[in-house]
Amino acid sequence: MSENRAIVYPYIPNSVPRVKQEMLKGVGARSEEDFYEDVPEALRLKKPLNLPESLLSECALKRHVEGILSRNRTCQECLSFLGAGCYQHHVPAVCDEINQRSEFLTAYAGEPYDDHGRFQALFEYASMMGELLNMDVVNVPTYDGLQAAATSVRMAARITGRQEALIVKTIHPAVLSKIRDYCAPNLQIRLLDYDAKTGQIDLSALQAAISSKTAAVYFENPSHLGSLEAQGDEIAEIIHDHGGICVVGVDPISLGVMAPPVDYGADIVCGDIQSLGMHMQFGGGHAGFIATRDEEKYVMEYPSRLFGIAPTSVEGEYGFGDVAYERTSFAEREEGKEFVGTASALWGITAGVYLALMGPQGMQELGEGVMQRAKYLMAKLSKIDGVKAPIFAAPHFKEFGVNFDGTGKAVAEINAALLNYKIFGGKSLTSEFPELGESALYCVTEVHTKADLDRLVDALTEVVS
Amino acid sequence: MQNITEKRYTDGRPNLRRFHQAKWDEPIIFELSNPGERGILPPAVEDGIRDAVGNVASALPDMLRRKTPLDLPEMAQPQVVRHYMRLSQENLGLDLNIDIGQGTCTMKYSPKINEQLARTPQITELHPLQPEETVQGILEIMYKFEQILKEISGLDRFSLQLGAGSAAIYAAASIIRAYHAARGDTGQRDEIITTIFSHPSDAACAKTAGFNVITLYPDDDGYPDLNALKEAVSERTAGLMTANPEDTGIFNPRIAKFVDVVHKAGGLCFYDQANANGVLGITRAREAGFDLCHFNLHKTFSTPHGCGGPGAGALGVIEALSPFLPTPLVAYAGNRYYLDHNRPQSIGKVRAFYGVVPAVLKAYAWVMSLGAEGLKEVSKTAVLNNNYLLKKMLEIPGVSAPYAKGKRRIEQVRYSWEKLCKETGVHSEEIGLRAADFGVHYWTSHHPFIVPEPCTLEPTESFSKADLDEYVEILKHVAHEAYTDSDRVKTAPHNSTVHRTDQAPFDDPSQWAITWRAYLKKTERDKKG
Repeated sequence: MSENRAIVYPYIPNSVPRVKQEMLKGVGARSEEDFYEDVPEALRLKKPLNLPESLLSECALKRHVEGILSRNRTCQECLSFLGAGCYQHHVPAVCDEINQRSEFLTAYAGEPYDDHGRFQALFEYASMMGELLNMDVVNVPTYDGLQAAATSVRMAARITGRQEALIVKTIHPAVLSKIRDYCAPNLQIRLLDYDAKTGQIDLSALQAAISSKTAAVYFENPSHLGSLEAQGDEIAEIIHDHGGICVVGVDPISLGVMAPPVDYGADIVCGDIQSLGMHMQFGGGHAGFIATRDEEKYVMEYPSRLFGIAPTSVEGEYGFGDVAYERTSFAEREEGKEFVGTASALWGITAGVYLALMGPQGMQELGEGVMQRAKYLMAKLSKIDGVKAPIFAAPHFKEFGVNFDGTGKAVAEINAALLNYKIFGGKSLTSEFPELGESALYCVTEVHTKADLDRLVDALTEVVS
Repeated sequence: MQNITEKRYTDGRPNLRRFHQAKWDEPIIFELSNPGERGILPPAVEDGIRDAVGNVASALPDMLRRKTPLDLPEMAQPQVVRHYMRLSQENLGLDLNIDIGQGTCTMKYSPKINEQLARTPQITELHPLQPEETVQGILEIMYKFEQILKEISGLDRFSLQLGAGSAAIYAAASIIRAYHAARGDTGQRDEIITTIFSHPSDAACAKTAGFNVITLYPDDDGYPDLNALKEAVSERTAGLMTANPEDTGIFNPRIAKFVDVVHKAGGLCFYDQANANGVLGITRAREAGFDLCHFNLHKTFSTPHGCGGPGAGALGVIEALSPFLPTPLVAYAGNRYYLDHNRPQSIGKVRAFYGVVPAVLKAYAWVMSLGAEGLKEVSKTAVLNNNYLLKKMLEIPGVSAPYAKGKRRIEQVRYSWEKLCKETGVHSEEIGLRAADFGVHYWTSHHPFIVPEPCTLEPTESFSKADLDEYVEILKHVAHEAYTDSDRVKTAPHNSTVHRTDQAPFDDPSQWAITWRAYLKKTERDKKG
């Protein structure tokens, strides 16, 4: 008997046959098929979907998924020096506690009157990012740093009415790929050389390339290759002399110790907030920010939501709402600025929690500590025969290039050997930056102890000898 | 008027809740700062490191050193937690309210087990660049989920890298551009056709990708206008990007014909399947002839909406277009899963690494909990709920459901309060503000308001008959108030966290304040109040 009984699904209250019959009767339908009268017979699927058998019990489902996931080896089980855009910083427990609150996790696009909390939390996120960046306007997060960079460049093109962007070659290859795809319709992308010794922008190349056609120059600080750009003020001046916009991509977690780009002349600052309280999640923890000065010509070019604060009918009460909503594609469809949709708001709330926990002192201590650990590791690595670290003669934050040419070994070979020591070596740069020879990008954060760093040095010493 | 909410029924009729949203009068976080307090301590640098390198940050070149004071709040951990707990209470998630008022967004229950699975270290502590042999588990899930989507849509290859629905729509437009460019058609095919009741992003993304947009309006029967399409296509047509069912909940019965007309003109056809919740296992992109389609994992596939993301999009294509999909794709070599980066015609990276992988995991788990039969049950129930609600809604004075009169709808309906507004002066938006007083969310619709005084309701499979009855009871009550005591509605919300906010500053550059520091400057307030 039981095999003929209809399945009642825990997530579908009205899958109870009695209720269903009652409702069908209520609307004068024989079955649900009646509701599909507009779907032509030729378009009807005649057979059941060919999908794996369902795991109806939560117990079986959990076992199945955990069984598959158990084939992963995590950065808790292994010692990782991978960065390159996704970072293993410590995630405070409070960040997870807040972003798994049902009230935030399962809300969507509520109005300020039923979702006041989300408006305030995101306004506060933008406000704390504004302090970090020393800028007055920060958007509700976009998808990730890739999108933030691409949109920043398009904003610059709209603001200047120009159609060319100069991008420094030390850019993250994924960001460059995104900019190429996203800016293809109306912008020419030209690449700028970097100084082979310092990894910083080749100022003469910039002087030669920039013109009155240049909408924007985009560089990252720290660069994808780890070196810090120490000529920011000169670069910004050159750009401004030509009427262009200085766009800087930045790792926000560096700003407890490093100067916010606006202080050396940036006009639009963008980046990714994964560092600020999001787990790596195999690259699933990203969200992007864009920040500018509070000038109408900049604000009106954002495609994103911008949440503002305003008084209510009760004195002293704070209300929130959308600033300049008419800019957006929600209001104006194709006449809006680019497009807006679901992006990464929950990570914005989380980054706000992170910054509130860290405070000014925490951000400063974290930045200092990361730089000390990186410096320590660079010094130790460069003592290994045939190993050069860092590649560039420049200051570094948490990432740096390591060259293995002198060891006669390939990065792939070295990383494969490190895995035997349960170490994830740095990201290979050989295919994307062949001019750097057998090099890898190593990343150090506050999670690394001295013992971790020494363990890597010992393993590498054995591997390359 | 009498306070109807004081009456309590005990005979099974829905009671209007004596709801009051939490109201904590919570200060802005900067106002809670107390100099010296710490919320968390970063791990100290060991002496061995410190002794070896000294203070590295202070040795930075002057230009690179932070000199602007960092004025973040200074708070102890309990105070941070309490602040955010209070803010969370001032928010209405789906877990708390009968969330059928956000039509087009497919608000459905996000199973807790899936959230729990996605928060295990086996996924949270994976770096995306780890050696492939150490991430076989997560790659397997991504690969298997792609196979599931292929079967649900009938298309041949999927990218799971898209950040959400609009990102998928943009990537589709980008692929359409790349396809024509690869055929040497660049520049000539510069028009995308969409319909007014497709999501605004279909038009906006096409424009952002460099196309001119042609928007079709409904014909006299309320269906997408086939004759208008025939007039719109030409040698300049790059493609059609259309939702079906549209945001009105109406399924275009001539959808295959639409595809045919565009194909004959040399264009590609993209199926916006943000509204797929009513058609799983019923009808597919393949049979309708589409070249591309997308799904929103945070809508149809149950992953949580997170206050506006992270969501996830999945973009599917026919075999001929698969070389253009974002890179990398997940592939299977018989004994191991791997990431295929060798894709020279790809439009490239569209989102960091491989997309919102935890959302993919949750969506996979959701499908596995239901199977083919369960997915169809999802759709059939969502459609039943919608048509049940439609009948009840139309019994409320002042409500109508424009277009395709007398026809059934798929998973949602765009209603109109035009009649009520004419008779009472109460607008749809105000109905929503009053509905908030009873603990539910309500949304009007996307702009432009082609349907006058719109509201869009989508009662997914997560809602019970009692839930639907209660929601209707709330709107019925508010409509009754509009006719008998319209001030009560026009001054709402009465039970919310905040009162009516002054909207003027939001459009005035001299007053708008997007950060606290901007607010302090513009209101000439001191930093600490």
